[in-house]
Amino acid sequence: MNEAEIVKLSIASHPKSLPVVRSAAERMAKMEGFSEQDANELALAIDEALANVIKHGYSGQPDKPIDITLSVLRSSTGDPGLCIVVRDNGRQVDPDTIQGRDLDDLRPGGLGVHIIKTVMDEVEYSCPPDGGMQLRMVKYVSRADDSSSEGERGTSQTDPKDGDHG
Amino acid sequence: MDDTPNIVKEVRKSETATVVALSGDVDLHHAPTLHATLVNIANGRPKRLIVDLGEVPYMDSSGVGTLVEILRRVTAYKGTMALIGLNPRVRSVFEITKLDKFFTICDTEQEALDT
Repeated sequence: MNEAEIVKLSIASHPKSLPVVRSAAERMAKMEGFSEQDANELALAIDEALANVIKHGYSGQPDKPIDITLSVLRSSTGDPGLCIVVRDNGRQVDPDTIQGRDLDDLRPGGLGVHIIKTVMDEVEYSCPPDGGMQLRMVKYVSRADDSSSEGERGTSQTDPKDGDHG
Repeated sequence: MDDTPNIVKEVRKSETATVVALSGDVDLHHAPTLHATLVNIANGRPKRLIVDLGEVPYMDSSGVGTLVEILRRVTAYKGTMALIGLNPRVRSVFEITKLDKFFTICDTEQEALDT
């Protein structure tokens, strides 16, 4: 991969950092050909991922490190996309236990991972051996003739060991 | 020192409704102060609470969750709550989380008053 196609951000776990990362991700997505809506959704997914790290991984401590890597990639069919890796040194959680929740209930929490699952094409949580959590997620540029994404919104995605830190 | 700006721009009370206008992104940074303000307003048990999101360019699940909790409080005392002025980006968060079916979402304040 060309180094010019990678952006690395290191932030403190303070909620003030969120708009900075959102802006960078949205800008990069648009540069890579994402539509306005897809770029917005990608930024939302990163925001939710970071919010979960802050709230749950670091229990609200505002001065802990979070590293975000955004890189350009292509699918097996050649579609361009962005891969986002969020890495923290917070509390480890078994990825298999991280679950979204039933949306039939009207209650405030537990929406973050549902959002991530819904708007991203690939989502995978892992526990690196040196501690903390890693979330890798990918979104591909929607094809102009792809009308399926809207209709499938809210249904389960392929694979991911998605989950909810919250 | 808490330097978090309050994104509540205006609170208007009338006989028929209390209208709360917000301005700015509603995310994890701002949701706690928004929550405290809206809880305080809901404790006054307004018959109809209207939250104007016309100047909210962005909202994440923290903001949506805050509004869900306020909706639960308002409906618990048999009041009503409506959201107005949602831009497509904010509206999509309610759609993704399927919360649009729980909220009364209107384009204008008048429409919210008429429902």
